[in-house]
Amino acid sequence: MDGEQHHHHSHAATSAHPGHHHLLTVEDLSVSFRMYDEDAPYFSAKQREVAVIENLSVSVHVGEIVAVVGASGSGKTLLADSIMGLFEPNALVSGRMWFDGEEMDAEGLARLRGHGISLVPQSVQNLDPLMKVGRQVEGFGARHGAAEAKAARERLFARYGLGPEVADMFPFQLSGGMARRVLLCCALADEPRLIVADEPTPGLDLPLAVRAMDDFRAFADDGGGVLLITHDIELALRVADRIAVFKDGTVVEETAVANFASPELLRSEFARELWHALPEHGFEAPVAQDDTAMHVGVGEQFTCSPTPRVAFKDEGRDEC
Amino acid sequence: MSRIDEAYAVAGSANAGSVGILADAGAMVSEARLPNAPVLHVPKRRKLSNRKATLACFVGTVVLLTALVVAGRLVEPAAMATDFAMKNLPPSLAHPFGTDWMGRDMLLRTLAGLSTSVLVGLLAAAASSVMALVLGTVAAVGGRRADAVVTWLIDLLMGVPHIVLLILISCALGKGFWGVTIGVALTHWANLARVVRAEVLQCRQSPFVAAAAKLGATRTQVAWRHMVPYVLPQFLVGLVLLFPHAILHEAAITFLGFGLPPEQPAIGIILSESMRYLTSGMWWLAVFPGLALVATVLLFDAAGGSLRKLADPRSAQE
Amino acid sequence: MLRYAAGQVAKFVLLMLAVSLVTFALVSASPVDPAQANVGQAALASMGDAKRAQVASYWGSDLPFHERYLNWLAAALHGDFGTSLRFNAPVADVIATRAGNTLALMAVAWVVGGVLGFALGVAAGVRRGSRLDAAVKGYCYLLASTPVFWLALVLLVVFSVQLGWFPMGFSAPIGVASSDVTLADALHHMALPAITLSVTGVANIALHTREKTIDVMESDYVRFARTRGESTWGIVLRHGLRNLAMPAITLQFASISEIFGGSVLVEQVFSYPGLGQAAVTAGLGGDAALLAGIAVLSAALVFGGNLVANLLYGVVDPRIALRRGKLSAHAANETAEGGAL
Repeated sequence: MDGEQHHHHSHAATSAHPGHHHLLTVEDLSVSFRMYDEDAPYFSAKQREVAVIENLSVSVHVGEIVAVVGASGSGKTLLADSIMGLFEPNALVSGRMWFDGEEMDAEGLARLRGHGISLVPQSVQNLDPLMKVGRQVEGFGARHGAAEAKAARERLFARYGLGPEVADMFPFQLSGGMARRVLLCCALADEPRLIVADEPTPGLDLPLAVRAMDDFRAFADDGGGVLLITHDIELALRVADRIAVFKDGTVVEETAVANFASPELLRSEFARELWHALPEHGFEAPVAQDDTAMHVGVGEQFTCSPTPRVAFKDEGRDEC
Repeated sequence: MSRIDEAYAVAGSANAGSVGILADAGAMVSEARLPNAPVLHVPKRRKLSNRKATLACFVGTVVLLTALVVAGRLVEPAAMATDFAMKNLPPSLAHPFGTDWMGRDMLLRTLAGLSTSVLVGLLAAAASSVMALVLGTVAAVGGRRADAVVTWLIDLLMGVPHIVLLILISCALGKGFWGVTIGVALTHWANLARVVRAEVLQCRQSPFVAAAAKLGATRTQVAWRHMVPYVLPQFLVGLVLLFPHAILHEAAITFLGFGLPPEQPAIGIILSESMRYLTSGMWWLAVFPGLALVATVLLFDAAGGSLRKLADPRSAQE
Repeated sequence: MLRYAAGQVAKFVLLMLAVSLVTFALVSASPVDPAQANVGQAALASMGDAKRAQVASYWGSDLPFHERYLNWLAAALHGDFGTSLRFNAPVADVIATRAGNTLALMAVAWVVGGVLGFALGVAAGVRRGSRLDAAVKGYCYLLASTPVFWLALVLLVVFSVQLGWFPMGFSAPIGVASSDVTLADALHHMALPAITLSVTGVANIALHTREKTIDVMESDYVRFARTRGESTWGIVLRHGLRNLAMPAITLQFASISEIFGGSVLVEQVFSYPGLGQAAVTAGLGGDAALLAGIAVLSAALVFGGNLVANLLYGVVDPRIALRRGKLSAHAANETAEGGAL
């Protein structure tokens, strides 16, 4: 873990630069919307441009998991969308992105969807409710023939402990754990180099979530890169190589996990406050038990009722 | 405010994802600077629909419709005046809509007829909306039985084609003004009742109603202070959007001969009489009055649409 | 699944009974005395005493209401809806000869309007905000504000009176024996009424499908499909149609009520001898038996349509088929009816 500064971030031991570039670089990404100022009186409300993401920069190296950590509902999903080249119709999006050393425009990002970058989404809602799961995992890319896609799907299912009968199920029949693995299989079936995982462990408690992360670890170790978007700082510290702290629409600190060992190694005020809020540091900050702030509790409960550990506010998406 | 609160204030105003992006952006309202990096995506529409313009549109349509009704009432005597020297004239400057076989000016007849049709439609729709309000509320607060009964009534009502039911009701009441008004009122409440039921249910389950009840507010107080302001906008929008249907059905049932009597100026009467003269080439008897009816209905739709835009924050921010 | 189907059928029977009661009550309440209104009619004159007594026992006698209703219901269940005074024939026969005309008209409008409306709705929804979308929306809003009988009048003026392309009305050339009417003749006479009904039928299904399409295209699973590199039209074909078809079909079954109502008006304009025209004649002429018969039949058509849609849902949607579910079809049904105002 060198503390070296480079592209606004510091490296972890696993951060590698084959070909002397990052796998993914995002620079100065901004996403804004035009909307009414809701505080003003109804008819005199002015329209204004509201930035949800502002001048955000983050990078992913080959072989590492980078966790973007921030509160739920703070616009992190828009980051995932932007990397996938998916833009809300009424959004103004600007920024520079490089994938594997090549600068990408909107079309370039669109070409990479399913052909280099794959998304692992949050929930089973992301599967077509009326299509059998097996068919969806196999995908519709023209890259391989149908037989080959089926064989690949069977290999993935075997590797992730999904029985062959799962292929004939519909999404509503999947349990939470099965759904998570199916979604991962969807991404892996497209043989990506970078996985963008958007809150992939909803409602799992820490030990289960860490175990779920093993699959991403294995993928990174095989030479891929993972951008893990999460509100769960503890999970991020356990599984990621580097952490990008997301606040007010931008990354205020992008640093190696090791630097969370001591607040002196953290550069931003916000990251230091986060550090102090972690349970092993004695919750130095007084914690308000209202749900607009963090919940802090003891980490060993195997329930998913009121999030028993440090996490940003979640909006009740947890599946119990 | 504690340090942690400040640190996580980000999440503070992000109220539970009600409007997707809005919730995201509600977190911080700051003016965006000009992008200093290449633009990846430009919004499709830079301008939002203007609230003031929407309000102006609503007021404008209401004024226009009021003027139409008043004008129709005022010209009614003139519309009845026959002049056999001027009969069967095609449209001209003096008679933009032409004249009929009794020399009556079709523009005046159309105005008077529209006015009658609109008034009957308004009366019927208003009565219908009261039924909807009562039945919808009863379904929402009256317990499972009441809900089942109302739902079943709606199913029943939906089962007989409106026109057939209107014929039946109108016949049972001896046709005429009351036949058609009551018929339209009795057949048009179902959809609005559903809306009211859904809104009241949603309101009842909302935290602020529960909080008010805990704080000791009586049921009437809760209903008056919380339910009415919550349900009223949706109800008004539904009511205005009911008008076009009521007017069209009044015209249809009068056209068939079950509604207003022939001596009354009504758009349905005008169109049904025109049928006898179409083969002799007097197309203007049907075309212009019908166009005027379409325009009137579109005006009501526009009024309802703009009211909905103002009442529904989701479409306003779209 | 079987329990679900049985429940649907039971609901159907119960609703039909209720409709028959309401219909009978309304027809009975009519101040027009059928016997009086039809004094001059041949039917009444030529009627035997037994028949006359039957008419009285349904509509005019001093028997209490529930007895008259039960008499009528019992006979109706045996296929005897009484005698039409206007047409001087059993109601069942009058309905049978005219049902063909009306059903043909409705079937064409149902299929053409449905297919066209679905296609336009999907195209508009996928290309939301485009000129195509604006055109489809404009067309639908305009049509929804246009009284169908006036549209029929205008088409009649333009295509029959001015251009002479189509006959002025009726279901066959006048003065030709019904056995000599060719299929081409029948189609020629049906064309304009069918076009009128189809053109109006498009609006509802197109607007509804457009909304649904927008929902689907903004859904999480379409977003995920996009992230996997699927093209927009590939997504529409693979995910869109699959998820849009059932709501559209349900709506189309629910719109039978609208189409029947439209056909009453259109038949009147085109003097097309169908059930709708017969219903108007019966209503205006105090022909209680015929009016009641047609009303009950129209309700049976509507409920039958809803029943088919619900059963179809049970078969097609895996969430119901596999769960022996109860709620989803109801919910879908509700949205469909909500759209068919």
